[in-house]
This record gives sequence, structure tokens and C-alpha cells, in this order.
Amino acid sequence: MRKKWWKILAVIIICAVIINGLLGPVPRLFILHESIRNVYFHVPMWFAMISMYLVSVIYSIKYLNTGKQEYDLMAIEAVNTGITFCFLGLATGMLWANITWGEPWPNDPKLNGSAIATLMYLAYLVLRNALDEEQKRAKISAVYNIFAFPIIIVLIYILPKLTDSLHPGSGGNGTFADLQMSNELRPTFYSSVIGWILIATWICTLRYRMRLLERKQELNA
Amino acid sequence: MTLLQQVKTLILKDIILEWRSKYAINGILLYVVSTVFVCYQAFKSVDTTTWNALFWIIMLFASINAINKSFVQENPNRQLYYYSLVDPRAIILAKVIYNMMMMTLLAIIAYFVYSTIFRNPIGDPALYFVSVILGSISFATVFTMISGISSKAGNNSTLMAILSFPAIIPLLIVLIKLSRNAIEGLERASSSKEIIVLLAINVITITISLLLFPYLWRD
Repeated sequence: MRKKWWKILAVIIICAVIINGLLGPVPRLFILHESIRNVYFHVPMWFAMISMYLVSVIYSIKYLNTGKQEYDLMAIEAVNTGITFCFLGLATGMLWANITWGEPWPNDPKLNGSAIATLMYLAYLVLRNALDEEQKRAKISAVYNIFAFPIIIVLIYILPKLTDSLHPGSGGNGTFADLQMSNELRPTFYSSVIGWILIATWICTLRYRMRLLERKQELNA
Repeated sequence: MTLLQQVKTLILKDIILEWRSKYAINGILLYVVSTVFVCYQAFKSVDTTTWNALFWIIMLFASINAINKSFVQENPNRQLYYYSLVDPRAIILAKVIYNMMMMTLLAIIAYFVYSTIFRNPIGDPALYFVSVILGSISFATVFTMISGISSKAGNNSTLMAILSFPAIIPLLIVLIKLSRNAIEGLERASSSKEIIVLLAINVITITISLLLFPYLWRD
């Protein structure tokens, strides 16, 4: 993962997405109007978040299987990055909701679900702080992390589908894919998703390497 | 002994221990009844939505208090002795099943006390009863594993609350929806989706608990 090409790719993609997202052609839709451009920025945040959480769970499983401390560091840094992206997703979402739905926090299952999911990962961080011993902390928080993940999947992806939601794709609302003009959006949207996931991975690996160095320093001191 | 026999023995042990002291069950019962009474005195009469929400809040706190202690009531040395005797999966399975039984008993009593003191018309009492049973089982499965985690982390009750509340909210949302359907007396077929989701979450939680508990108990 220390190769340079994917980082450069990520920067190029994000620059292209920002330029094309703000200036490129978008379909004119009722209520949404120009705010549809936010789909390039709001939705990819959640993709980046969930992929970071997935990475974290995978590393937690790896930690439990091998007991290598590095895997635990990766798990915690992935969660940290995921939480950052979650807050970015909430912020962009609230801006968008304020314009299209009239208030920043309408009572919507997806909003509440993501807020609760955030609480869960904040609880994960609290749990880590409650434990002093390094190995015990790694093990117990790995167990909680794996335990929490399926509940979060239910919360964000399954429950909103059951109830009425303002978001597209839930409770009988059409998805963006159903919109006829969405083909204009598609290339920019998909590249934005890839770009933000790459950026998230980059941040995560940087923080992970910083942690490794800190740990080395502690061991030498 | 096979896994099932171990589970059976452990459940029997828990029941006998509880029967001797009757501390937990009596304490929780008193807790439930007094909370119901406080709510009754405070509200006198409420609309259906509040009635339903109040019941689930009472159940939530009662079950957290009941299950919080499930891994610390016996001293650590005896725990170690159990671990040397039996499979760790048997221990968590036995605890989950025991807590399910206790919670079901508790929920049934709480439901009868609540609905006699606090009269409220229910459209489909059978379905409401099903949601009460399902709810108590779900609380038991989720809280047992989390109380295991928090007991390893020094078992302070704040940690238990922080860890378990976000995890229980999705279940609570589905439960409240199901029980509201029951109160309004909707067709049963319209509630089947919620029941399936609840059962699925329970199955997933038990499976993950079984997979993860062996890692958790080893210090």
C-alpha cells in the first residue's frame, strides 16, 4: 500500500470530481434543482465510511486470529477515519436536507440510523479508553467491534428499507437509478465514490504508520 | 459431556443459584412494579403511543439491570473453574438461554402488572403478547454478550449503558413498531416483516456471540 500511483490517482479523481461536479451538466429536477450536485459529495462520504468500518472489522477478525498488535492499530485507525467521514456525511446531508426538506434534521430513519451507528463507534472508542492493558484492550474492543458491525448493517441498510423514508430507495421511493436522466450523473458519481474511498484509505494508512512509529518510539524509550 | 449436556447443567446451576437467594428476580420485580407505579402516579392516563413507549422504556431498564450482573455474580475463581471444566460456548449459550427464560418471566409479569394498573385498550392482545416475548428474548441475547464484554472491562454500569444502548436501539425501533401494530389491531400479515427482522437479528446475535465468546473469556 506504500506505492504512489493510487494516491496520485485519488487526488486526480477528486479534483476532476470537484470541477465536473460543480460545473458539469446535471439534470434539472423538481425541488432538487442545482442541489443535486451534492450527490457527488454526500453519498460518497457514506461509501467511504462503511468501507472504513468494513476494513476495521476485517482487521479485528485478523487480530483475534493472530494476536498481532499491528492489526489492532489498523482497526482503531480505520474506525477513527470512518467516524470522520461519518461526520462529513452528516454535515453535507444536513446542508442538503435544509435546502430540499426544509430542516437540517427531519425525522428520517436513515438519519437516525447513521446517528446511532456513530454513537456505537464512539462507544467503541470509550471502551478502548476504559481499558489500560494493551492486549486486553485490543481483544475486548475487537470483540465489540465485530459484535457491533452486523447491527450497524441492519440499522443503516435494512431498517430504512422497511419504513418510510425521505431518502431515495427506501419505503417505496424511487432510487436515483430510476431517474431517466441519471446517466449524466453516473460517471462523476462512481468516480467520486472511488476517489473518496481511496482518500479515506490514504488517511487511514498514514495514521496507521504514525501509530506504528509512536509505538516503536515507546518501545525504544 | 456433549455441548448440549453442558448447557443444560449450567442452566440448572444458574436456576438453582437464583432459587436459593431469589435476589435478582425479586429485586427486578420490585423495580418493575415500582417503576410502573411511579409512571401511573405521574401520568394517570396517557395516549396509546406514550403508553407503548413507556412500557418499552421500563422493560429496557429492567432488563439492563437484570442482565448487567450476569457475569459477575459469581466470584472470578469459580468462573475460572467453570472455564476449565466446560466449553466456553456452553457458558455463553447457557447464560443466553437462562437470561431469556428470566426475561420472559419478568416481561410477562411486568406486562400483566402494567396493563392492569395502567388500563389501555389493545386491538390484538395475542400479537402484543408475542411482541413482549420477542422483545424480552432480544434484550436477553444482546445484553448477555455486552455484559460479558463490560465485565471484562472492569464492569462499571456506565460502560454497560454506553455499549448496549446503541446496540439495542434498532431492536427497540422494530419492537415499538410491532407493538404499535398490535395495539392498533392491524392485520397480522402486515406485521410479519417485523417479526422476521426480529428473529433474524436474534439468530445473528446468538451466532456472533457463540463465535466471539471463546476469545473474550481467555485472559
